[in-house]
Amino acid sequence: MKTFLMKSYTFLVFFFLYAPIITLMVFSFNESKSRGTWDGFTLKWYAELFRDSQIGSALYYTILVAIIASIFATVLGTIAAIGIHNMRGIPKTMAINVTYFPMLSPDIVMGISLMLLFIFVKLNLGFLTMLLAHITFNLPFVIFSVLPKLRQLNDDTYDAALDLGATPYEAYKKVILPQISPGIITGFLLAFTMSIDDFVVSFFTTGSGVSNLAITIYSMARRGINPKINALLTLMFIFIMAILIFVNYRMAKDKGKEEREMN
Amino acid sequence: MKRKLLAAPYLVWMVIFTIVPLILVFYFGLFESGPDGIYFTTEHIKRVFEPIYLKVIVRSLWLAFISTVVCLILGYPMAMILASKVLKMRDILVVLFVLPMWMNFLARTYAWMTLLENNGLINQFLTFLHLPTLNILYTDKAVVLGMVYNFLPFMVLPIYSVLRKLDSSLLEAAQDLGATPIKTFIKVIFPLSLSGVASGIIMVFMPAVTTFVISRLLGGGQYMLIGNLIEQQFLTTGDWGFGSSLSLILMFLLLITMGIMSKTDKDQEGGRLW
Amino acid sequence: MRKSVFTKLGVCVLLISMVLSLAGCGGSGKEKLYVYNWGDYIDESVIKDFEKEYNVDVVYELFATNEEMYVKIKTGAANYDVAIPSDYMISKMIAEDMLYTIDLNNVPNYALIDDRFKNLDYDPNNQYSVPYMWGTLGIIYNKTMVDEKVDSWDILWNEKYAKKILMLDSVRDSVGVALKKLGYSLNSRSEKELEEAKAELIKQRPLVMAYVVDEVKDKMIGNEAALAVCWAGDAVFMMEENPDLEYVIPKEGTNIFYDAMIIPKTSQNKELAEKFIDFMCRTEIAYKNADYIGYSTPHKEVMAMMPEELTSNPAYYPSEGELEGSEVFEDLTEVLPIYDRIWTEIKSQ
Repeated sequence: MKTFLMKSYTFLVFFFLYAPIITLMVFSFNESKSRGTWDGFTLKWYAELFRDSQIGSALYYTILVAIIASIFATVLGTIAAIGIHNMRGIPKTMAINVTYFPMLSPDIVMGISLMLLFIFVKLNLGFLTMLLAHITFNLPFVIFSVLPKLRQLNDDTYDAALDLGATPYEAYKKVILPQISPGIITGFLLAFTMSIDDFVVSFFTTGSGVSNLAITIYSMARRGINPKINALLTLMFIFIMAILIFVNYRMAKDKGKEEREMN
Repeated sequence: MKRKLLAAPYLVWMVIFTIVPLILVFYFGLFESGPDGIYFTTEHIKRVFEPIYLKVIVRSLWLAFISTVVCLILGYPMAMILASKVLKMRDILVVLFVLPMWMNFLARTYAWMTLLENNGLINQFLTFLHLPTLNILYTDKAVVLGMVYNFLPFMVLPIYSVLRKLDSSLLEAAQDLGATPIKTFIKVIFPLSLSGVASGIIMVFMPAVTTFVISRLLGGGQYMLIGNLIEQQFLTTGDWGFGSSLSLILMFLLLITMGIMSKTDKDQEGGRLW
Repeated sequence: MRKSVFTKLGVCVLLISMVLSLAGCGGSGKEKLYVYNWGDYIDESVIKDFEKEYNVDVVYELFATNEEMYVKIKTGAANYDVAIPSDYMISKMIAEDMLYTIDLNNVPNYALIDDRFKNLDYDPNNQYSVPYMWGTLGIIYNKTMVDEKVDSWDILWNEKYAKKILMLDSVRDSVGVALKKLGYSLNSRSEKELEEAKAELIKQRPLVMAYVVDEVKDKMIGNEAALAVCWAGDAVFMMEENPDLEYVIPKEGTNIFYDAMIIPKTSQNKELAEKFIDFMCRTEIAYKNADYIGYSTPHKEVMAMMPEELTSNPAYYPSEGELEGSEVFEDLTEVLPIYDRIWTEIKSQ
């Protein structure tokens, strides 16, 4: 009974999360450009999508920046979280408050102030500046994902490992990191999520023809979102699902192999 | 090697990319350049306290608060379910949970409009079943729905990651000592997950205060929120001084809120949540 | 362990990408032209045509609002060669000395622009801009939901249509409509007139279903609302999708907007920029754009190529008479704080 309730609740929540996604995927096949009526089934938006080179470039940069920024932020942020966890008193409070800042600033303030910073140091706006900005707003999400796990950790295990002859590096790799790994993965996922769909900060910190999907889509705001965007999102979704299914299949296979080996 | 030095690279990064912009915001908000050079002024700060602007700030804080509470109520059980081993494809489900957020925000929000409109998909379905129609688009309910929709993963994931490796021996001990499931939750599980809950609250409440696009689209642009107001100052009126002072006051308020919240944690180490 | 493979992979990806981005994209060595435009506001093949003909690379970037474009250009953040902002923004940029004068000798196709679109208020001597698209603001209404004659802004204050009225979520458009309804100029700088407009809009609030941006199209097509303020180009699209819709320019007059091509002083290739502008004024090219975008074109020959049902449609091509009392937005920088406060008050009820 309890399991049934849990599964139903999960189903409801996922239904809530995916209802609009399914809706927008369905409308990628709508004959009409309008979201207000269904005019018939068509694949023309997919065809238009493939003719559009601007979107291809935007997609490329979106993914590239999201992956690099989130990996970089995850690494730097995890190390930082460990450091902050070991701080005390006023310096710790200051470090935490500094970490709050990108999250509680309105996007426009982050975007414009970073833009001014880059102009001041005479850095050309482009891929690098956009990347730096993304890493900056991703870091807090990583730190606040890892800190709770560090909090949960028994600090003595690190000392115990050292006592047992491990080097600090080994102690981290084999003892600490595995225990905080859910936090690290959560941090990475949240950072990636923030990067993949950022408009305001990206808009003000990029240039030289480097754009991302969010900028492309938001700049259609005056004209209305072209359904080829729906087509693009549908394809992205299917692609990611395919990867997930594949990974799940491989993981299940590995697990099956492990279990067989153990027997 | 002192472990706290590990934070050094990060702090250097933040000094460059956060403190410097923060200094800019302080500069615009508190200084004006006049014929005699740069001078300190509280003009912009004072404007923030006019009743009309305070109303905007309070409304934004309230909306963010409601959304955070709803996220917590809906998200905590979800995190518990994910953390328990009931669901087989747990790791994949976690990614699936965030996946909708990778689809462009505007497109998702427009899809919500297609669902919630008077002649929208949900109402078409309800009418088909001869049920009364839903009229929540352009009301506060729709805005909260939109906010919760966009922020739920940020609440669920940190709580989930903490609950995942909850020491089950503690739970067993509680049961052995005769605690009911509810009591176990209140006295054991929830307190142990508190740091995850705190992260979730921070990652939802703070961005929620400055969000305004959801209110503009699903709320029919009926209310001005602090996010709109600040953006307008930077873009339309070009009054960066006022925009900056609004941001400063807002940041100040939020930091105080965080400070109060963390003081409630009775840990001896530094007396803070972390 | 799987995780360390990922980390190593991640570090490699990181390093390679950083090296690539720092080294700069190598580039094909061709001349580059930086163009800054609204999203979905050009026929993409036109860009490729230009690149092929002149053997250059067009770096095409997008902006969502005039104001955001302004900040990027003003702060010198980028070196755009051509941008396509709207009328009031062009006046502002001229006043702040941000634009190069365009040598019309290098833009011979300028002659193909209808005289009606020359010497406009925002650029009286045609020194800084060449028109791209234009349109009007008006009322679109659903014939089956509105039974009286629609010819005045008043109808948007009619209680019969409570909660079925859509206004634009833009301070100048909505305040402008209120000003026009009261018989004032939509470029009013008078605090008294603006306060009156504010009172009107506050009075109207309970009747408004929502303040929208582009969602107005889907809503009217979907029969969600009875009346809406909208742009002519969008009206043409809406009427195609939903034959119950009609567009009208109220008798008090309305706003006419123009989007035009300009060359900011950040440009490092004025010559190529002028060639691009000239290219965009070529008949075949202008036709492609007008056909794709659907807004009204200022180009004489393209107009002549447009189908009869379109050119006789007042939404697409209003006559001089229909446009009586209509105005173009002026740059109101000095009084914008008043507009901003009014808008905040209206939105904070």
